[in-house]
Amino acid sequence: MTPETMAGNRSYNRLGIGLSRLMTVMVGAILIGILVFLVIKGYKHLSPGFFLHNPIDLGREGGIFPVLVSTVLLALTSLCIAVPFALTTAVFLTEYTRESWLTTVIRFGAECLAGIPSIIFGLFGFMLFVVAMGMGWSILSGGLTLACMVLPTIIRTSEEAIKAVPGGLRQVGYSLGATKSQVIWHIVLPQARNGILTGIILALGRVLGETACVIFTTGISLEMPTSFFDSARSMSVHFYLLAREGISMDMAYTTALALMGMILCINVAATWLIARKN
Amino acid sequence: MSVPENKPSNSLSRREERIRRILQLMALSSVSVLALIIVFVFREGLPLIYNKGFAAFLGGQRWAPTRGSFGIFPMIVGTIEVTLGALLIGVPLSLLVSLYLSEFADRKVRTVMKPLIELLAAVPSVVYGFIGVILLVPLVRNYVGGTGFSVLSASIILGIMILPTIISISLDALRAVPQNYREGSLALGATSWQTAVRVVLPAARSGIITAVILGMGRAMGETMAVIMVAGNAVVVPTSALHPCRTLTSNIAIEMAYASGAHQQALFATGVVLFVMIFCLNISATLFVRRK
Repeated sequence: MTPETMAGNRSYNRLGIGLSRLMTVMVGAILIGILVFLVIKGYKHLSPGFFLHNPIDLGREGGIFPVLVSTVLLALTSLCIAVPFALTTAVFLTEYTRESWLTTVIRFGAECLAGIPSIIFGLFGFMLFVVAMGMGWSILSGGLTLACMVLPTIIRTSEEAIKAVPGGLRQVGYSLGATKSQVIWHIVLPQARNGILTGIILALGRVLGETACVIFTTGISLEMPTSFFDSARSMSVHFYLLAREGISMDMAYTTALALMGMILCINVAATWLIARKN
Repeated sequence: MSVPENKPSNSLSRREERIRRILQLMALSSVSVLALIIVFVFREGLPLIYNKGFAAFLGGQRWAPTRGSFGIFPMIVGTIEVTLGALLIGVPLSLLVSLYLSEFADRKVRTVMKPLIELLAAVPSVVYGFIGVILLVPLVRNYVGGTGFSVLSASIILGIMILPTIISISLDALRAVPQNYREGSLALGATSWQTAVRVVLPAARSGIITAVILGMGRAMGETMAVIMVAGNAVVVPTSALHPCRTLTSNIAIEMAYASGAHQQALFATGVVLFVMIFCLNISATLFVRRK
């Protein structure tokens, strides 16, 4: 190897590392840029009143109180439906795996479900819950649809959390005479709790950010929902309509900021949970 | 003596069996969602494809749903172009970032960047779309040309949106490459960049390909962000600066007012999208399994 090629390699080396570092900084900057942009454009209208007042004139003025309540209701409904199913599926797949055609089918199904785009969940939810089951555009239809959508997310993260519980702990439980279900309930699930919670929080983030399939199934009513059979409008839908139909850019920015703030808090909570475990 | 002893243990094992049954039932009903999706979307969409003819629906250039023309060829091309564009932008960027984080960055950078990248995944797609309209579209209009609502803008936004998916999976794959590969390469006199690109990257190939396929699925299925920046005109885009409409946006834009055959056509669009994504996912699954 001549000195020239060695020098060439070295500058190539520096170039490559420099380029990859630059790109990493850029990706970080994209996120920070988005946050800063929303803060600058949206902070003016951010006040307790924004969260606690009713919207006036389609949201040109006033606040987002009913939208906030609808968002919380929608998120709670979907998680309350999805979590029991996802958790039991994850337990079944990890703890009861005498591999059979049945477990293969279930695992394959969960994998496929994870890849289906949300718009197809929207079509499905519209056809099954809104039309066929006659629930109309309602929080319940939307909650059920979103629950189907986040099932695979929670299944996968819970499965991983349960798999990470050391086998020795289970054996201790069995050696004390516990049955399989007791070992799962008293040893495995408490140990996997943080991982499971992280999965639920990720799912919550997806539910909050979802738009198209919420419009198809929950509708866009700005009224305060009085039951689970009422149509409602989630924050991301409200933001989309404000921006898309040019109702009020200022309010759109503030709604986006509030939405991002919620998602940020939820993610920080998730990171904190993982960190606490490690 | 043995009878009273056996009784509790019998009822206990019966209880265990019952719990197993319940869990199995719950798991089956979770997965039955997939079957329900297929039934409800296909039942609505397939008759229209059948009536109009498979080739006429997939290959038709004209989309005039109120006049009975349902050709989704422009949308298929739009979806493919936007997805490939997103990969063209997203893949090199994510590979550089994951290489940097895995091979060159110190711990501190990694602990800062990982949550940032996860947060990038949590930004709602409407927010990406909105920022695309406000910042990216004018940039494209002023510096590249066209109206700005284009395949290019959509590709850039989607390229950014698939970053977290590709980065996090390929980062795991790169970290899983045994340390002695790197030591061997460095001992042979390779620079650290050569080691990263020619030894570590090929060794993590299968994980990276999985990451790219999953990112591709995400780009293909994305809706709101694309609607906001792609312009949505039903034409076969022949330039990156032309507007386009994807399969997903076709559904989302027209669902609000569609009825009858028009609505069925949107479900049929969903069927096509479903089949495309399903094939992609199966190829990813097969790829992982072969490994």
